[in-house]
Amino acid sequence: MKVLMFGWEFPPKIYGGLAVASYGITKGLSLQGDVETVFCMPKPSGEEEKFLKIIGMNQVPIVWRDVHYDYLKSRLLEMTPEEYYSFRDHIYADFSYMHVNDLGCMEFAGGYPGNLHEEINNFSIIAGVVARQQEFDIIHAHDWLTYPAGVHAKMVSGKPLCIHVHATDFDRSRGKVNPTVYSIEKNGMDHADCIMCVSELTRRTVINEYHQDPRKVFAMHNAVYPLSQELLDIPRPDHSKEKVVTFLGRITMQKGPEYFVEAAALVLKRTRNIRFVMAGSGDMLNAMINLVAERGIADRFHFPGFMKGRQVYEVYKNSDVFVMPSVSEPFGIAPLEAMQCGTPSIISKQSGCGEILDKVIKTDYWDIHAMADAIHSLCTNPSLFEYLKEEGKKEVDGITWEKVGLRIRALYEAVLRNYGK
Amino acid sequence: MRTICLYFEIHQIIHLKRYRFFDIGNDHYYYDDYANETGMNEVAERSYIPALNTLIEMAKNSGGAFKVALSISGVALEQLEIHAPAVIDLLHQLNETGCCEFLCEPYSHGLSSLANEDCFREEVLRQRDKMKQMFGKEPKVFRNSSLIYSDEIGGLVASMGFKGMLTEGAKHALGWKSPHYVYHCNQAPSLKLLLRDFKLSDDISLRFSNSEWAEYPLFADKYINWIDALPQEEQVINIFMELSALGMAQPLSSNILEFMKALPECAKAKGITFSTPTEIVTKLKSVSQLDVAYPMSWVDEERDTSCWLGNVMQREAFNKLYSVAERVHLCDDRRIKQDWDYLQASNNFRFMTTKNNGMWLNRGIYDSPYDAFTNYMNILGDFIKRVDALYPVDVDSEELNSLLTTIKNQGDEITELEKVLAKLQAKVEAAKKTAAKKTTTAKESVVKEEPAAKSKPAAKKAEVKKATTEPKKKATGKAKKVTAK
Repeated sequence: MKVLMFGWEFPPKIYGGLAVASYGITKGLSLQGDVETVFCMPKPSGEEEKFLKIIGMNQVPIVWRDVHYDYLKSRLLEMTPEEYYSFRDHIYADFSYMHVNDLGCMEFAGGYPGNLHEEINNFSIIAGVVARQQEFDIIHAHDWLTYPAGVHAKMVSGKPLCIHVHATDFDRSRGKVNPTVYSIEKNGMDHADCIMCVSELTRRTVINEYHQDPRKVFAMHNAVYPLSQELLDIPRPDHSKEKVVTFLGRITMQKGPEYFVEAAALVLKRTRNIRFVMAGSGDMLNAMINLVAERGIADRFHFPGFMKGRQVYEVYKNSDVFVMPSVSEPFGIAPLEAMQCGTPSIISKQSGCGEILDKVIKTDYWDIHAMADAIHSLCTNPSLFEYLKEEGKKEVDGITWEKVGLRIRALYEAVLRNYGK
Repeated sequence: MRTICLYFEIHQIIHLKRYRFFDIGNDHYYYDDYANETGMNEVAERSYIPALNTLIEMAKNSGGAFKVALSISGVALEQLEIHAPAVIDLLHQLNETGCCEFLCEPYSHGLSSLANEDCFREEVLRQRDKMKQMFGKEPKVFRNSSLIYSDEIGGLVASMGFKGMLTEGAKHALGWKSPHYVYHCNQAPSLKLLLRDFKLSDDISLRFSNSEWAEYPLFADKYINWIDALPQEEQVINIFMELSALGMAQPLSSNILEFMKALPECAKAKGITFSTPTEIVTKLKSVSQLDVAYPMSWVDEERDTSCWLGNVMQREAFNKLYSVAERVHLCDDRRIKQDWDYLQASNNFRFMTTKNNGMWLNRGIYDSPYDAFTNYMNILGDFIKRVDALYPVDVDSEELNSLLTTIKNQGDEITELEKVLAKLQAKVEAAKKTAAKKTTTAKESVVKEEPAAKSKPAAKKAEVKKATTEPKKKATGKAKKVTAK
């Protein structure tokens, strides 16, 4: 089976959770053995892993240019000149009015620049060329940025379209949606033959807010990659005297940081041997610093700033409790990573990952009393800590991308069976 | 003669309320009164009252052929007295028919038999007295909380004078043996064991109304035929369950009470009788001893203690609770003793189980085992603080015990000596009176006698003081602290 996949990010260049999920899904599919994936992204760095074919959309021509073979060879990153010529043969309209370079290609800034909507449009124009040139059985588009490309590819090829909802604008904006984004999302979903959502929670949003037929909407939970030995070997410092409770993520409305501060204030009213850490950055950082000062707990509450790479795992290992009080979280991979490091997690019931996790404590995001109680209990009862540490690790080790790949393949097969009937 | 031993257990947990860690030290009331009242009323209305009415009717209509045994945990009895006294009336009515035997069980429905011998003994004897006081007969047969049994527990129960004990016919303990015989405890041959037939019991209590069950619908004649079809030598069929199975687990709409009512008639037709546990243990001889090295119970498929003590959280809670057992045993603070009974109930540990037994478990107000654990540990934290506040923590329990005995002995001694003192003072008074009479005759002799008479009680007083201060000094001053508290 050949899959034409559209994505916006792919490791090693990581902007958000989308890159990690794209990597996991493609890797999971590649482990199936009989699924061949072509991954189209705006601007590959050339350092991607080679288990799948990557097409850089910034090297697919949309305007015919007479370029010499040797010159192409020096200019192209991933692609061979033969492939370039083949793409050139499939240009379907006159795009010479657009800003193209000497190869007849469009440049992408990569990531999430200011002219995102323009880039999304360009991406879908190029997708028309790719869809005409490539041979494939099914189309898979990740998140709203690539939905137009997916829809275009479907129109051109007549192949079924699967879209993957990693988040909806309802999660990002707490209900106040951006109408442009909403219309792109809705249009993509309307044209899709199968909608995969990262959790049941997102699935319900898609059904209720985007008015989709429940029969084509499926929950497809994310997974985690096993940690490398190097990360596993990070020592866990001795915390018998003082416990550390951690929040790690973007400090924005969606993640509910204020509830973490309020719960910390409640805990610190009764006990002094616990420290709280809020790692990350975001638009609410200053408001949180103010709130901490207002509650008078600044001596026990720390803001170490943005963490990346190994630092993230060092923070997890250095924590006794990881808290994710998200107000609305489509999936939320952070608690799974904390559990991989053997750190018990408290998550909000409004988090999608809670649907597949059992060895975590779940509270409502607004229930600061329950959250404080759970934090206190984990810090004072060694048995609870030990239990969640051991069992949590076991549980999360069983959640693998390979299983997700298997489920996605089964869905592909079902879609192909029913397509056109 | 084949006989059926039918036994029902009445127990309802005292629900704990949502107790946050900031309540520790501030709030010493741990119970959810609303949940207790509504819970008890519901189970009384839907199950206990109709079920007991049925049993009374069966007893009256059968002309003494129908027999049944019941036991009520002490905490459930307290709740019934408060919230559903009608159930108590029905129990008395059932008692008056003479067809019902009341058994003894630990007062708290807790796991003290696995933890602390003194504590276990105390609550069993307390429950025995309570049952005697309520129903006029001292129970001779014992059933432990959730039928927990091991050799050791058997020995302990026998030493308290019980003749028989009910327990589970667990496969892992019985092996090839059949539960349809009387066995005895391997530590105390005088203690006979009646083993529950879990298949026949669960047919009623678990599967009766399950329409997916192959035997559905179950009728009394079919059920009795099963019993009749057992090998001739197997004489005792023990059917034990919770009373709430009739009405709660199996709704009344499934006609379970009609099924029960039809049992005696069908049994009679096949020549099967009903007996109480006491009748069986006095009439029948034990066929063999039973070796149970590890505790078993009637819960879950494993029939062991794993649903209460299966994970580390449950074990920590259990160990923490029983770490203060001795202290609670020593004290005489009524509220602490009461809380102790309620906190021991095994249901509290059941809520923390992480076992996946395929059946839905009602965790009450708790979302998860972790939630149940946190709430219970918060309450336990407050409770232990209160217990520790009674006596200084740095005195270990054994020492404390001896100090308390010393104090008690001293108290006894003081009252004894005070009595002597009062007697002597009375004598002196009497002597004074006679002396006053004599004054007219011999004034001079009085002057001489008086100091002598006074000096006598004074000497006695000094003696008393000495007697009281001496042991106190021996107690190295700590006793003073204790008495001060």
